[in-house]
Amino acid sequence: MSAIDDPGRVEPVARASVRRALRRNPASLAGGIVVAVVAIVAVVGPALVGDPNAGALSNRLQPPSAAHPFGTDPLGRDVLTRLVHGARITLAVAVAITLVRLVIGFVVGLVAGLFGGLVDEALMRVVDFLLAFPGIVLALVIAGVLGPSLRNVLLALAVVGWGSYARVVRSSVLSVREEPFVDAAKLAGISRVRLVWTHFVPNVAGPVVVLATLDLGGVVLAAAGLSFLGLGAQPPTPEWGAMVADGADYLRSAPWLVNVPGIAIAALVVGFNLLGDGLRDALDTDPTEVNR
Amino acid sequence: MYRYLLKRFASSVVVLGAVSLVTYALVTVAPGDPAETILREQLHSQPSDEQVAQFRAEHGLDEPFHVQYVSWLGDAVTGDLGQSYFHGRTVHELIAAHLPATIELAVAATVVAVAISVPAGIASAVYRRTPLDYVSQAGALFGVSVPNFWLGYLLILVIAVPFSAVPTSGAGSVTQLVLPAVTLGTGLAAVITRLLRASLLETLEEPYVRTARSKGLRERVVICRHALRSALIPVVTVVGLQFAYVLNGAVIVEVVFDRPGLGSLLVDAVFARDFPVVQGVVMVTAVLFVVTNLLVDLSYRYLDPRIDLEASA
Repeated sequence: MSAIDDPGRVEPVARASVRRALRRNPASLAGGIVVAVVAIVAVVGPALVGDPNAGALSNRLQPPSAAHPFGTDPLGRDVLTRLVHGARITLAVAVAITLVRLVIGFVVGLVAGLFGGLVDEALMRVVDFLLAFPGIVLALVIAGVLGPSLRNVLLALAVVGWGSYARVVRSSVLSVREEPFVDAAKLAGISRVRLVWTHFVPNVAGPVVVLATLDLGGVVLAAAGLSFLGLGAQPPTPEWGAMVADGADYLRSAPWLVNVPGIAIAALVVGFNLLGDGLRDALDTDPTEVNR
Repeated sequence: MYRYLLKRFASSVVVLGAVSLVTYALVTVAPGDPAETILREQLHSQPSDEQVAQFRAEHGLDEPFHVQYVSWLGDAVTGDLGQSYFHGRTVHELIAAHLPATIELAVAATVVAVAISVPAGIASAVYRRTPLDYVSQAGALFGVSVPNFWLGYLLILVIAVPFSAVPTSGAGSVTQLVLPAVTLGTGLAAVITRLLRASLLETLEEPYVRTARSKGLRERVVICRHALRSALIPVVTVVGLQFAYVLNGAVIVEVVFDRPGLGSLLVDAVFARDFPVVQGVVMVTAVLFVVTNLLVDLSYRYLDPRIDLEASA
């Protein structure tokens, strides 16, 4: 057994090793490329294509053609243009939800792991509940009661989804606590805040980044699902889930209205999942382990 | 064993209590006065102050929060979940009318998922790093990544449109169950395939599997009788816990296929601001989920006699 295969070995979190591992894994490289393409489209695309809400009724429900590669919708709007604008909304919402989950989970996990005792016990019971209860049902109720809007979907999905982050951070904190360098730092007399910031946060970061990447795919699906139900993006916003819902009435006559945004969502989620799997292998950490 | 059950029962009651309080509080702080919204909808005009006051008195909305909650809770434990604002029916009746379609869907989707994932997971692990494994893994990746609302429409396009015998909406018959069950089962199958593969690969390294092999047992017996049994433990947990996933998915799949289930009841109630129904569906969901979790825990003991529930309690 070579040193690399030794499960006890802790791989240092180095950017070069991540890049090398990703290059060796063509599947996750492909995932990275898909995500990068969507990200580039989201950033520069809207400036290159026209107004997503411009369209003439005389031009309605045109099948894909040279002028409209993905056809037009019932209001004569170009589906490709809407898809490009939708990339920005879909990606921004997913990233925002994931970041809020990460921050809440990070704080709760740090507090639970560092304080222990009753605080830990109480916080972990909340986490157990969040991890097991149907999150979409809960998010649906929260977002629905607050009123349909993208902001409320963001809020709802963030509130129901930080549990796994908290668990991963907590378990990393518990293992870092046992490290000799923590005792050394304490003996050196550094402040508690500095101890957490310089010794705990960097060591917890690796698994959290992997978890966030793996989570992003699920977040895209959840946010698009809630928008599909009509709770998120409101017309005429070209969010991808909402686009599928808008096209559903014309499923038989204009299937591209459902298929184009549907494939776009699936591709983005495949991208995040492949990238997450690759990062997990590269960083040699499986954050999903503690969530079972 | 009894001590364990008692403890689990107590923690379930705490969870259910917390869920009911949180939902009730959420509904109460919701923006907009439900009385006014609902009356406006019913009367098609702005309701007078007296009408609003009468509605609020009728539904107990003029009481302070804790009084409302305690009275709701008192009724709920006896099975009375209140009256829908709209349907003129009790929440209990509505849920009883919608629950069977969802249970049917959940069971059918789980059957589909297990039927796909168990052979796929075993094949993936046994024929590791062969084309068969790659196909199964690619399928699993597709399954976890495809949005189920799009998959549903895709199935309608490729199956129901050419074969008009397959209905795309409603509930009650077996044919109406096929497309929704496949839609919902695909994602679940993907999760189970991945897990079973990983779990079986791990088990195949165990010393007792080596022992079984060196005794000269046939590979089929080694895998089916020795390895699979312990490899299935994490899988059972996941299938059990995936009940949450099934309920999540049911919400969307029921809307796609127009099935009169708990999910579509909840979505409609949320949009109509029919809060007693929302509250009731959430409570029923919570009860279903608490009971499944308990059953999952008990099933461990059956599958793996090494697990001591008393110790873990």
